[in-house]
Amino acid sequence: MAISKRKKAQYRRITVYVLSVIALLAMVLVVDWGRLQSAMFQWDIVVEQFPDILTSAAKNTIIFTILGFAGGLSFGLLFALMRLSTIRPYRWFAATYIEIFRGIPLLVTLLILGFGIPIATGWRWPNPYLQGAVPLALVASAYMAETIRAGIEAVPKGQMEAARSLGMSYSRAMITIIIPQALRIIVPPLTNEFVLLIKDTSLISVLGVTAGTRDLARFGRDGVNHTANATPLIVAGLVYLAMTVPLTQLVAWMERREKAASR
Amino acid sequence: MNSDVVVSITDLNKSFGDNHVLRGIDLQVQRGEVVCIIGPSGSGKSTLLRCVNMLETPTAGTVVVLGRELTDIDCDLDEARAHIGMVFQQFNLFPHMTALENVCVAQRKVLKRSEDEAATIAHGLLARVGLVEKDNAYPAQLSGGQQQRVAIARALAMNPDVMLFDEATSALDPELIGEVLQVMQSLAQEGMTMLVVTHEMGFAKGVADRVVFMDGGVIIEQGPPSQVISAPVEERTRAFLSSVLNH
Repeated sequence: MAISKRKKAQYRRITVYVLSVIALLAMVLVVDWGRLQSAMFQWDIVVEQFPDILTSAAKNTIIFTILGFAGGLSFGLLFALMRLSTIRPYRWFAATYIEIFRGIPLLVTLLILGFGIPIATGWRWPNPYLQGAVPLALVASAYMAETIRAGIEAVPKGQMEAARSLGMSYSRAMITIIIPQALRIIVPPLTNEFVLLIKDTSLISVLGVTAGTRDLARFGRDGVNHTANATPLIVAGLVYLAMTVPLTQLVAWMERREKAASR
Repeated sequence: MNSDVVVSITDLNKSFGDNHVLRGIDLQVQRGEVVCIIGPSGSGKSTLLRCVNMLETPTAGTVVVLGRELTDIDCDLDEARAHIGMVFQQFNLFPHMTALENVCVAQRKVLKRSEDEAATIAHGLLARVGLVEKDNAYPAQLSGGQQQRVAIARALAMNPDVMLFDEATSALDPELIGEVLQVMQSLAQEGMTMLVVTHEMGFAKGVADRVVFMDGGVIIEQGPPSQVISAPVEERTRAFLSSVLNH
């Protein structure tokens, strides 16, 4: 007798479990754990990273992230409103801006604005934080503009009509009625954007910042050069996780709650 | 101009692309008059109503409300709309605000009333539409009929000179239609000038001073309900009424 479909599916599930366990066992047996630990996780080097990795490097990463996020959010809102404007040149400008900054890798934008512009014009960045955070904010604003625009467009058209029919101006209706509702929709994707920014700050390390403004990634790399060991990078990676995982979990929680509320 | 004319529409045309929805509408509404606009779906009656407060921009023609020519580019539409109440088919309450806040927000932001004054007025209006102890309820916690009554209170809070009702009961469950019609009827009795797009023939018959039948973007016939609904002259009016009333 042929095996039924459900039986087949059951066998398939069991096979996947068994293969997973075998793969895990193989890894434990094959990998040279002693060598791995001495190259990537030496405890004395781990301890050496503290407290500077938190008080300086992580602090700088957070400063870059917050500057990038605040700037990105402000300009993102501006570009989103321009994209939705009835005035065509506004729409064209915002659409072009968004295409350009989403189309160029952040690394290239960082190099152009961080090095290229100063070389071309003789102008110097007044502050090493701004040198990294401004390009970050410009790119972030392009992504956030699209998120915010989608959020505003998700608010039913009748809301704007009701507000306007009560005598509110367009901008008053936006501020009082539309944006508060759009915010609810865009908080989860914006939090994701924040997580991406935390990670993107690692690219700022190419700008050769001063010791005091080193971010986590640069701190880890310098640590590798200093100790001839990969441990500082592993520790930096763990510090990134300590920042990002709570946020992604928060997003997951918000999305579950939203799903439950809309049922 | 006669100061008792609240709404005066002249040769109004509206096209959406190739779709010519309104084809030369002339309509005047006197102060205190209740005008019901009836007609098959797609006849342009909702578009006509939405042109009265310029939610739709007419392609041609003039709309004058309370002596302001809204179709004039120099007219301040925000100022004019504050005097024109509108009630929508889908209520369009602000879901992030309580019933009281819904009724207060435009009083505060447009009329610049104080918080206390706005709240007192809102509370009174909610009671007037039969919603006591619902001040702090959010729209999602209210039935459709209750939401629509909040929406009426929200429009009334602006002390409008004319109220527009755009199929205000069409989205409601049958058992909730009565409570909304009752509020509209009491408004009419208090002398509110009303332009009502509706499918409720009973309401039109009982409350309207004048019934306007529209089809294909033009006014086919108008007059007192005893004439238009009970003894229509035009063939198209008769066909429409028999299809509505025989259901």
